Amino acid sequence: MFSMSEKELGKKWDRCLADGAIKLGTGLGLGIVFSVLFFKRHTWPISLGSGAGLGMAYANCQNNLRSHYMLHRGDKVGLSMEKID
Amino acid sequence: MLPPGSASKVVVAGLLTVSGGIGGTVLYAKWDHKFRAAVEKNVPYSDWLLGLALGPAAQDPGLPIKKRVELAQPPSMIEKQAKKEGAEGPVKDSSPAPSQPAQSLEEASAEATHIISAIGEVPSVPAPCDTEAAAVKECNECHEHKEATAVHPAPTEPMKERPVEEVAARLAQQEQEEQDISASVSASLEDSLASSAKATLQAIGAQEAALQAIMQHTDKLKEAMEAEVLPEEKSNQWKDLEAALADRTTALNDARAALSKANESLDSLRSVIDESKGLKISSVRPLVLAAEENLHNMVVDLDKMVMKVQSAESEAKIVSQYSELVNEAKRQFQREVSSLTPEIQANWKGLTGKLSTDDLNALIAHAHRRIDQLNRELAEQKVREKIHIDAALEQQKLEDQKALDNAVNTALQHVKEDARLDQERKLAELREVMEAEMRTQLRRQAAAHTDHVQDVLKVQEHELKAEAEQVLSSKMLEQETRYRQLTQEQLDNFTLDMNTAYARLKGVEEAIDSHVVAEDEARKAHQLWLSVEALSYSLKTAEADVPTVPLENAAQAVRDSCRDNDFALALASALPEKSLQRGVYSEASLRARFNSLRSLARRVALIDESRNSLYQYFLSYLQAALLFEKSQEAPPSQLSSEDLDPFKLLSYASYCLEHGDLELAAKLVNQLRGEARRVVEDWLIEARLTLETRQVVNLLSAYANAVGLGTTQAP
Repeated sequence: MFSMSEKELGKKWDRCLADGAIKLGTGLGLGIVFSVLFFKRHTWPISLGSGAGLGMAYANCQNNLRSHYMLHRGDKVGLSMEKID
Repeated sequence: MLPPGSASKVVVAGLLTVSGGIGGTVLYAKWDHKFRAAVEKNVPYSDWLLGLALGPAAQDPGLPIKKRVELAQPPSMIEKQAKKEGAEGPVKDSSPAPSQPAQSLEEASAEATHIISAIGEVPSVPAPCDTEAAAVKECNECHEHKEATAVHPAPTEPMKERPVEEVAARLAQQEQEEQDISASVSASLEDSLASSAKATLQAIGAQEAALQAIMQHTDKLKEAMEAEVLPEEKSNQWKDLEAALADRTTALNDARAALSKANESLDSLRSVIDESKGLKISSVRPLVLAAEENLHNMVVDLDKMVMKVQSAESEAKIVSQYSELVNEAKRQFQREVSSLTPEIQANWKGLTGKLSTDDLNALIAHAHRRIDQLNRELAEQKVREKIHIDAALEQQKLEDQKALDNAVNTALQHVKEDARLDQERKLAELREVMEAEMRTQLRRQAAAHTDHVQDVLKVQEHELKAEAEQVLSSKMLEQETRYRQLTQEQLDNFTLDMNTAYARLKGVEEAIDSHVVAEDEARKAHQLWLSVEALSYSLKTAEADVPTVPLENAAQAVRDSCRDNDFALALASALPEKSLQRGVYSEASLRARFNSLRSLARRVALIDESRNSLYQYFLSYLQAALLFEKSQEAPPSQLSSEDLDPFKLLSYASYCLEHGDLELAAKLVNQLRGEARRVVEDWLIEARLTLETRQVVNLLSAYANAVGLGTTQAP
C-alpha cells in the first residue's frame, strides 16, 4: 500500500489525544472515587488523579513522539571500527 | 668632604702614581722591545714620547743571539715574500733605514709576527721556486729527451728480420751475380791467359829466333874471323855476316818487342788475376789458381829464354869485341901498310908480283918493327897479364855476381811463387774438404728439416682437412636453409594470395550478411522504439493521486524487443521494482502532495533527535505559526549553510516544483533533517521512484531513437 509518512504524525497526535482523554478521565474518576471514598471529599485526590492521569498521558505522548529516536533494548547497533589516529 | 690639606696629599699621590707608571712603562719598554711596540701601537703619541726618552727603535748590537737567529730566518722569508708579494715589503722597508745591515728589531719582530700569523703562506712560498726548478729540470729533460728522440728517430725503428723470400731472393741474386762474375772473370782470365800465352809463346819463339840468329851470327863471325878462305867467299862471308847481323838485330828487336808485348800481356793477366782475387768469390779461385800457375810457368819460361838470350848476347858481345879488335888490328895494319906503301891497294895478298924490293923491305921492316912492337906489347901484356886477368876476373866476378844475383832473384821469385801456388793449392784443397764436410752436415740438417717439415705438413693436412670439412658443412647448411627459406617464402606468398582471395570472398559475404543483419537490426530497433514509446505512454496514465498502471507489461515488452541488446536490457532491468509492480506517481500528484506536506514539515521544523519533547513540539508549532517566508523562492545555484533552514528549503522546493524541476526539489527536500525529514521521507521515496523511472524511460527512448536513426539507411 502507499505508505505516507506524513500521516504518521497526525496519527500520533490522535493517539496522544485519545490517550490523554482516557487517562485524564480515568484519573479524574479514580480521584473522585478516592476522594469520596477515602479522603473525605478533599479535592486533592481529584487533582492528584487528574494530574497523574494528565501526566501519564503527557509522558506517553512524548514517548510516543520520541519513540523513533530512542534506542530499544532489542535493537542491534552496528559498530564501525574507524581508525583512530 | 676631605680637609683641604689632604687634597694636596691626594693630588701629590696621584701625580706620583702617574709618573711612576709612565717611568716604569718607559723603562720596561727600553728593556722589552715587543712591549714597546705594543705600547706604541695601542697608545697614541707614545712613540713620540718613547722616542724622546729612549731614542728611535734601533737594533741594539748587544742583542741576545736568540733574537738574531730569529731574525735570520724571517729576513729570508721576508725577502721571498717581498719578492712574491712586493706590496708590503717595500712599504715596510722604506720607512726604517734600509741601508742598515739588518732591519730594526721592531720592524723585524713586527714582520715576524706578520709572517708567523700568515704561516699558512710559508709553505707555498718555497713551493713556486721548487716547481720552477722542477719545471726547469723537466724542461731540460724534455729538451734532452727531444734531442735524443730527434737524434734517434731512425734507430728506434726495430730491426726486423728480413723475410725469407727476400733472403732467398737476395741469395739467388747473389748467386746469379757470382755466377755472372765468375763467368766473366773466367772469360777474362781465359782471354788474358790465351793472349798472354800467345804473346809469351811468341816472345819465346822470338827469343829463340833471336837466340838462333845471335848464335848464327856469332858462328858466322867466328868463321869470318878465323877461316882463311878465298876473297870472294870472304866477301860472301862478310855479306852473310852482315845479313846475319841484320837478322840478328831484327830478331833481337822482334824479340824485344815480343818480350815487351809478352810482359804487357803478363802484366794485364796479373792485374786481372789480382782483380779477380779482390772479388773474393770462391768459385773463381781455382781458375785464378790455374791462371796464376800458368802465369808463373810462362814467366819462368820467358825468364829462361831471356837468360839464354842474354848469355848468347854476352857471348856474342865477346865474340864481337874480339872481332872488333881483330878488325881494328887489321885496319891499323892496313893503315900502316897503306901509310908505308900508299900505292898498294887494300887486298895486299893478291899483290905479290907488283911489289918492289924496297916496298918489300919497307914492308918487312915495318913488319919487323911491328913484330917488335907486338913482342914488346906482348911482354907488356904478359906483365900486365895478371893485372888484366885480375881486372877481368873482377869484372867477370862482378858480372857473374850480377848474373848470379839476377839468377838467384829470379830463382827465389820462382820458388816463392811456387810455394805460394802450393799454398794456394793446398788452401783450395782444404777449402774443398771443408765444403764437402759442410755439405754433409747441411745434408744431414736438410734431412732432419725434411722430416720435421713432413710431420708439420701431416699435422697441417689434418687441420686443413677439418677446416675444409667444416666450411663445406656450413656452406651446405647455408644452402639448405636458403632453399628452405625460399620454399617457405613461396608457400607464404601463395598462402597470402589465398588469404586475400578468401578474405575478399568473406568480405563480400559479410557485406551481404551485414545487409541482412542491418535490416534485422532496423526491424529490431523499430520494435524497441515502439515498445519504449508504449512504456513512455504508459507513464502518462497517471492521474491525480493514483499512480500509473504497473509498468511491468510495458517493461516486459521492452525487454522482449531488446533481447540481444545488452545496453537496452540493462536499462530495462534498471527500472525499479516498485514502479514495475505498482506504478509511479505523476509529477502533478507529487506536487499536490508536497503542498500538504509543506505545512506539516513547517510545524515540526524544530524537532530532531535532541529536541523532541512535547514542549519542543509546542515551540515548533508556535514557530510555524509565527514565521512567515516566501511561499516560493528561487533557489541559489549554491546552497550556503543558512539556506539549510527548513523553511527556506521548503520554499525553494515548491518553487522548483512549480517550475517542473522535480529533481532539484527532491534534492532540496533531501536536505531536511530531523522530524521534518521523517515526515517527508515517503514523498521523497516516491519522488525518487518517479525520477528514476522517468530517467530510465528517457534513456531508453533516446537509445531507441538513436538506434532507429542509426539503422536508417540513407537513400
